Amino acid sequence: MDDGRLNKPASRPVKAGYSRPLDFKHGRVDLTHGSGGRAMAQLIEQLFAPAFDNVLLAQGNDGTVLDLPPGRLVMATDSHVVSPLFFPGGDIGALAVHGTVNDVAVMGATPLYLSAGFILEEGFPLGELKRIVESMAAAARAAGVAIVTGDTKVVEQGKGDGVFINTTGVGVLRPGAQLGGARARPGDVVLLSGTLGDHGMAIMSLRESLAFDTEIVSDSAALHGLVAALLDTGADVRCLRDPTRGGLATTLNEIARQSGVGMMLDEAAIPVQAQVQAACEFLGLDPLYVANEGKLVAIVAPQDAGRALAALRAHPLGAQAACIGTVLADENRFVQMTTRFGGRRIVDWLSGDQLPRIC
Amino acid sequence: MCLALPVRVVELKGGDAAVVDLGGIRKEISLALVEDVRAGDYVVLHVGYALTKLDPDEAQRTLELFRAAGSGAPLHEVQA
Amino acid sequence: MKFIDEFRDGDTARRIGAQIAAEVQPGRRYHFMEFCGGHTHAISRYGVGDLLPDGVKMIHGPGCPVCVLPIGRVDLAIQLALERGVTLATYGDVLRVPASNGLSLLKAKARGGKVAMVYSAADALALARQDPAREVVFFAIGFETTTPPTALVIRQAAAEGLANFSVVCNHVLTPAAIGNILESPEVRKLGTVPLDGFIGPAHVSTIIGSQPYEHFAEEYGKPVVIAGFEPLDVMQAILMLVRQVNEGRAEVENEFTRAVNRDGNLKAQALCAEVFELRKSFEWRGLGEVPYSALAIRGEFAAFDAEKKFALDTRKVADNKACECGAILRGLKHPRDCKIFGTVCTPENPVGSCMVSSEGACAAHYSYGRYKEIPIRAAA
Repeated sequence: MDDGRLNKPASRPVKAGYSRPLDFKHGRVDLTHGSGGRAMAQLIEQLFAPAFDNVLLAQGNDGTVLDLPPGRLVMATDSHVVSPLFFPGGDIGALAVHGTVNDVAVMGATPLYLSAGFILEEGFPLGELKRIVESMAAAARAAGVAIVTGDTKVVEQGKGDGVFINTTGVGVLRPGAQLGGARARPGDVVLLSGTLGDHGMAIMSLRESLAFDTEIVSDSAALHGLVAALLDTGADVRCLRDPTRGGLATTLNEIARQSGVGMMLDEAAIPVQAQVQAACEFLGLDPLYVANEGKLVAIVAPQDAGRALAALRAHPLGAQAACIGTVLADENRFVQMTTRFGGRRIVDWLSGDQLPRIC
Repeated sequence: MCLALPVRVVELKGGDAAVVDLGGIRKEISLALVEDVRAGDYVVLHVGYALTKLDPDEAQRTLELFRAAGSGAPLHEVQA
Repeated sequence: MKFIDEFRDGDTARRIGAQIAAEVQPGRRYHFMEFCGGHTHAISRYGVGDLLPDGVKMIHGPGCPVCVLPIGRVDLAIQLALERGVTLATYGDVLRVPASNGLSLLKAKARGGKVAMVYSAADALALARQDPAREVVFFAIGFETTTPPTALVIRQAAAEGLANFSVVCNHVLTPAAIGNILESPEVRKLGTVPLDGFIGPAHVSTIIGSQPYEHFAEEYGKPVVIAGFEPLDVMQAILMLVRQVNEGRAEVENEFTRAVNRDGNLKAQALCAEVFELRKSFEWRGLGEVPYSALAIRGEFAAFDAEKKFALDTRKVADNKACECGAILRGLKHPRDCKIFGTVCTPENPVGSCMVSSEGACAAHYSYGRYKEIPIRAAA
């Protein structure tokens, strides 16, 4: 007997709801993109997942289960709020990948996975977001790391600066690696992998009221290959650090404080590109305090200094590496420098923000 | 208040504007406080304005004076 | 960089240093004041002191316009930003000067005040042009080097009839300050501050020429050597001063001949005379009231004088009792003589203005020179 409609099998499978593709030309981030609903799922499906393109992320869970090689875990995190978002030599996306990869690498670990948390401002153009995300993806691919989990929030217009990105990275410590800021000893040698100030001055060159017509290019780069080349030599490296905000001066003062030592630098040995030097002159800034995003400082036992320097110089990112000073016994923990001029000065901690001097 | 730099005038633009060069960095500045400046001249730049022209011959003479130090010759005899 | 690198050469520096050492008379002490903040900074940053013989001492003078800005004037700027709703535009150096109520312009910005850092007076004018609805006040400071640009923008604003732009004028004059120091009892009568000569400012002199210093050489018998901005210029000037002292001369000499002549920049001087007039008196932090030492905007340009436009009243505010900036600015004390130097008063937490500006004697000593007093053991 015919039971009526209810027993009639469906004649066609139910069509999925129409999902309009994201409009990267004219579309903008709106509050729904962060609300956890369909719009956000769309953002992930159409932008983040294809860009970051890995099996783990594609699983689409709240968290990601990771298989790690044996060894001790290193974790690092960085938030990026750089303005402007795009600059010669990079953008906030690439910076977000490089920054955390580098923090893991200078601990003596091989970076493996990153998370990416976005805080987007309502009204931010989707086209720019796409550029940033694709840049992150390219940087991650080049660095051999996968972005395996993430989060997106949207804040009202005026409450954010376009995009803020946080990345957290994990890696596995190389066997035998024992790097730390407290390990520097008198007699150790201070090595620098290349020219100072490129990133900071690239940013300054774009800021309002301080414009230059000749491009200075940021040195934003992933350094784990360079670190591996250095550590592979077997040299006794006490400490590795990347001198980002606050520049070389801040990094060395931190190490001096942690290790309870002093340092003596040789200004003439510190590499600075002529253009960066000129830009610093213009603004009354000291390259020692300007941010870098693709350089590292290595404190190395004196007997291994030659080997270590050669390894840095043999790598493309360390071609201009130099020995810039030595570690001293000094209970005051001063970082001092013999100036090119022949006098001596201390290289103190940075006070406040480096405001351009005019006088 | 003194931070001022010797820069080379690269191009004269309309009005008092000019483009100068320092070590490969270019910037647009104002020549409103100086006169008779041509491309190739050096000026002393302060907060976006040229204060005066820099005389390359005098600069050379000054450098020579520096080098004369240590030769024992008194100042007024060394002046070129 | 041409005309910069050659003037920083270490070998030449050592040679001039040796020459100075050869010419100083044994047992005699020479005290020279470098008036200009830029020279203070150069001496510290390059470690010029290390290349001088022990008998030659440099005293830091008050030629740092940020350092001599009275608290009451900074309060005006903060008031404009926080209470009058204007956009307060000024040079970077001014932002951190500590003023009343624990505020600075930077802190006022954090509290919601509209404070814009500009590199040039022209940038402040541009801000006003860009947005006619926005009231922009340019807080102008500086010695004679920085005054002509302010004059230019005021004249330009007048020509364009800009209704939303005005200037708080704090421009001060170098010769008046030098005179004030030379007139101080400690220098003139008591002789407690031995002062054998001055290194004259580099870029101020491009504007005013070398002529204004002749009065000091004649009246007070002190030699003046105008020096360029680079460390070699400073060393050469010290050599020239030593020679003058040894030979009993008190003349104005010019080491910075590549940019300074006797008359200065007449065009710039005329422009300033058109826009500014002398104030009868002006308070300098550390020096007190100094007659005819500062400029005010002329009546014809009253529409651009923020003090008139906003009916501003400058209050006299005393320095923190423990702060020795006053004595330090006059060369009577050294930063290390100040009880709060390096402890309470640091570049992070500056109590007085000598610590705020990197050219202030205290900041320069803190950032570059402290090691000299503490012996360092070499590598183990």
